Amino acid sequence: MVRVPADGSRVAPIEQLVEVLHRLPGGQILVTSIENVLNWARARSIWPLTFGLACCAIEMMQAMGTRFDLDRFGVIPRATPRQADLIIVAGRCTIKMAPVVRRLWEQMPEPKYVISMGSCATCGGPFYYDNYSILKGIDTVIPVDVYVPGCPPRPEALIEGVLKLQEKIQKERRLTRRLQEAAQAGA
Amino acid sequence: MRSLRTEELILNMGPQHPSTHGVLRLLVTLDGENIVEVQPDIGYLHSSVEKMMEHRNYTQNIALADRGMDYLAALVNEMAILRAAETLADVPVPERARYIRTIFMELQRLASHLLWLGTYGIDLGAFTAFLWCMRERELIMDLFEATTGGRLHHVYFRLGGVNEDLPPGWTDRCREFCHYFLNRLDEYHRLLTGNPIWQARTQGVGVLTREQAIAFGACGPVARASGLQWDVRKSHPYEGYDRVDFRIPVYTEGDCYARYLVRMDEMRESTRIILQCLDQMPDGEVRAPRVPLNLKVPPGEVYTRVESPRGDLGVHLVSTGGETPWRVKIRAPSFVNLHALTEMMKGWKVADIIAILGSIDIVLADVDR
Repeated sequence: MVRVPADGSRVAPIEQLVEVLHRLPGGQILVTSIENVLNWARARSIWPLTFGLACCAIEMMQAMGTRFDLDRFGVIPRATPRQADLIIVAGRCTIKMAPVVRRLWEQMPEPKYVISMGSCATCGGPFYYDNYSILKGIDTVIPVDVYVPGCPPRPEALIEGVLKLQEKIQKERRLTRRLQEAAQAGA
Repeated sequence: MRSLRTEELILNMGPQHPSTHGVLRLLVTLDGENIVEVQPDIGYLHSSVEKMMEHRNYTQNIALADRGMDYLAALVNEMAILRAAETLADVPVPERARYIRTIFMELQRLASHLLWLGTYGIDLGAFTAFLWCMRERELIMDLFEATTGGRLHHVYFRLGGVNEDLPPGWTDRCREFCHYFLNRLDEYHRLLTGNPIWQARTQGVGVLTREQAIAFGACGPVARASGLQWDVRKSHPYEGYDRVDFRIPVYTEGDCYARYLVRMDEMRESTRIILQCLDQMPDGEVRAPRVPLNLKVPPGEVYTRVESPRGDLGVHLVSTGGETPWRVKIRAPSFVNLHALTEMMKGWKVADIIAILGSIDIVLADVDR
């Protein structure tokens, strides 16, 4: 029953289990239940990368600091992209920095999420006009899940952004989509 | 017996590193564990602010100075730009506004030094320092918010004064905070100053001699820790600084510990300045009447300087008589201090990189502009 894809990539044990389960009568309910549990766990332990670009990084530090304490939402900063689920792009990104941000994002394991914090990361912000060095939005380099507006956003705004991301993760259907893709490929 | 062949190793640190305080890349040449040479690679946060300022009028440039320059000292940047424009255009500033500006610049210095102390604590493994400093920084942010509406970027100073007067009860809150903060400062001293680990990581590490400091043009706490008595607030007084009594802390050791002590003493002096200003502040107007928002500055050149938390922040402004400056050159204190870093690091171990880099308190937006 163990499916080994032709390209030799590894299949996670949970996916093998799901493949078996969904063939059973009523197995779909089990699959969605597993999915809900996984999403619940993922949404409540989002580990961001300690990565600050400019001013917004200061508000990000304040959000993880004493008064706001982002840790209580399971947001524990990690120093390496290999352990991180989330990259908060906090601040303006220059054209020189863009390949580095892209590479950091590529080094993160799936599932991974991106929060664009502040108007500079969202669209260039105050550095949009008459400027030759700032990127007009980080979404030209990496895909963004949640945009947090502000210049810089208050720590409360960043917390709201994290909560919105939790909502988004809770609604994800990764396993179901994977099964559908496999079925389509097989058909 | 033949000796083993060794060769130098180039270590690439950054631009993403938890302790580089921004997007700085250091090319470190190592001989075993010893640092042979350090080459900073900057420009990862170059925002072309100087160019943008040529396309905006002076009031708009205040907002740009907040963001584009040293973002930890937004109000000091505003002052730097305004001091140049006001000197050239000869704009009168009411007495009360001068005092309000002084109070806010010193609060900004406190906020900046607190953030430095917190992050330096993390760098050296003292996480408690970060939590304590952030706790006090939030109180300063509350004071800022009550008046300027902003936490980090204020856009509060205007040509010929400040945007609006202090809200009722603010002076009492500020005074209360200052007394509270002096007690907290003693607490930091108890936590860190006598701490054997803290001392072992910082004492005698990264020495910059007085001659080297002068040769590199180092400024701010870095120069004052090397025995150089140089503070723009004393040498070229502006706003209310010539009317208050304060001391410039100077240490002669030139190591990381001395730089730490200079900043700790500066926080105490800043609190004293704020308290004196609150006592001396007169009533009256906070903004000079009839200063248009799109002021036309007469043709000419001017170089002015202010003391930012990182050192001597200079602005060279050239005007041709239009609504916008013709050229703005910013002399950033972090930039020169980063240059001095290359000398400080020579001969130290790889583990001291973080201790030395953290001690000069660079902000990459200030380095790159």
